[in-house]
Amino acid sequence: MKIAVCVKQVPDSWAEKKMVNGVLDREGVDAVLNDLDEYAVEEALRIVEAHGGNEEGGAHSVTIVSMGPERATEAIRKALSMGANDAILVSDAALAGSDALATSKVLAEVIKSGGFDLVICGTESTDARMSVVPAMLAQRLGWAQLTFASSVSVDPGANTVSITRTTEAGVDAINSKFPAVISVVEKINEPRYPSFKGIMASKKKTIDSRDLATVGVSAESAWSLVADSAPRPPRAAGVKITDEGNGGNDLVKFLAEKKFI
Amino acid sequence: MSQVLILADFAGDKCTKTTAELATAAARNGSVTAIVLAAPGAGATLAASVKHGPIASVLVVESADFATYGVAAASDAIAQVIAQKSPTALFVASHAYGKEVAGRVAVATDSGIITDAVDVSADLTATQLVFGGSTTVHSKVSKGVAIITVRPNSIEADLSDSTPAVENLSLTISDSAKLATTTSSTPPVKGGRPELTEAQIVVSGGRGTNGDFGAVEGFADSLNAAVGASRAATDAGWYPHSHQVGQTGKTVSPQLYVACGISGAIQHRAGMQTSKTIAVVNKDPEAPIFDLADFGVVGDLFAVLPQATQGVTAQKS
Repeated sequence: MKIAVCVKQVPDSWAEKKMVNGVLDREGVDAVLNDLDEYAVEEALRIVEAHGGNEEGGAHSVTIVSMGPERATEAIRKALSMGANDAILVSDAALAGSDALATSKVLAEVIKSGGFDLVICGTESTDARMSVVPAMLAQRLGWAQLTFASSVSVDPGANTVSITRTTEAGVDAINSKFPAVISVVEKINEPRYPSFKGIMASKKKTIDSRDLATVGVSAESAWSLVADSAPRPPRAAGVKITDEGNGGNDLVKFLAEKKFI
Repeated sequence: MSQVLILADFAGDKCTKTTAELATAAARNGSVTAIVLAAPGAGATLAASVKHGPIASVLVVESADFATYGVAAASDAIAQVIAQKSPTALFVASHAYGKEVAGRVAVATDSGIITDAVDVSADLTATQLVFGGSTTVHSKVSKGVAIITVRPNSIEADLSDSTPAVENLSLTISDSAKLATTTSSTPPVKGGRPELTEAQIVVSGGRGTNGDFGAVEGFADSLNAAVGASRAATDAGWYPHSHQVGQTGKTVSPQLYVACGISGAIQHRAGMQTSKTIAVVNKDPEAPIFDLADFGVVGDLFAVLPQATQGVTAQKS
């Protein structure tokens, strides 16, 4: 069983983000592995561990697949130090400012050529927050889509996977044959911290860097264009009172003035 | 006149207000056709409930595949409708299902997509609030049909009645959309409260509740509000994950947001920062959530909320 896990390097959630020339400025901020992708890495590792593990040369493997600038190797190393086997990074200047359609096109091409049975993703990246790449990947690959999984079980003998999907529409049980694209919600597991051994081992693992020509996709970075962007004015300072026995009534007075009651 | 498609949004078999919001935005650009995806035999009833907002026609597609094959079947059907009708745009509600459908339709029709729009102008320029609401972005789809998902509660809906013409369209769902099978489906447990992302008022509790949401729920009910929770509260198992407001939970943009016992970590702010009015109750005067508050009470939520609940109830009676 070969599993690909798609990850993205994103600005730290605490970093102040700003737009430069219509795209997110990624230069001046601390970059980390998108924390929602850690759940995907963890789930992939748990799946292979439940079926004998992912020792080198064994039947199962976990490959990290990412698109981004060269420095995305830092985020990829983290996923490798958790226990993934190897990684593929697509990096090309022509991909700067790519939207979800371009990203999914590149990732799909890499996945298609890798002979994977399953692709596992987080539900969204914490920077763009579109939450559409897993569904787009399934559409592009023509694979089964099992997204927003809160549990995953795999039968490698029968080549089947089943999940429970949790959304605002309720809870669904969904199953399919391999190959499939899965996205996992953050409640699914508790990602492991890389061990010292894992961190040391990750330094020796291969990150296969590819440009667009190697992947075989033409550059087409976006299907939509940003016209302009501007920081919103900060909220005007409000009223702050200290409750001395009448705080609740004061709150009601405020709500009544604003016509909420 | 150009034609704009919207995907009618339902909660169970009831058409939501979001549908009227989509129609209101779509009507600025052209004549609005609402797509209704229904189980066999259920189309007429669903279509009859799609009557609020400027909707010129309703297009009903019935298939048992929608329940079985979910997002993939829905997007396959919509891509076929687009091929037949050549609309200028498709508007879909910006929730998990809507965004996935929109994403797949964008790929299938080689069209651009913009998600989480809070407004769309007559020339299909979409307004988004990104980076936790700190930045406003205007953008336009530059290729194919403009596929735009619109955040519920962002556009003031024209709720006037219309009498759309109903057309039934029979389609065959492609085999490539039938790869993942839904074997069972449990609808969410609905309390008497409004749905979180659609509610006009949201009252949320966090770590400060210490696991007791009674005061938060009581105040919410007095205001006919939805109940939200911070990640700290859902992680602790105090409140269902489906009520989590924040970066990895739901994004809400109600008229009024009341944060109770929530410190205001960036994770939470990202999900509520665009609320029109924000009120805060927190014991800690230094809590960062006060920076966002139009009205803040430094105090114990277990004292302030019951008093406020009583006050609201008294004013209403």
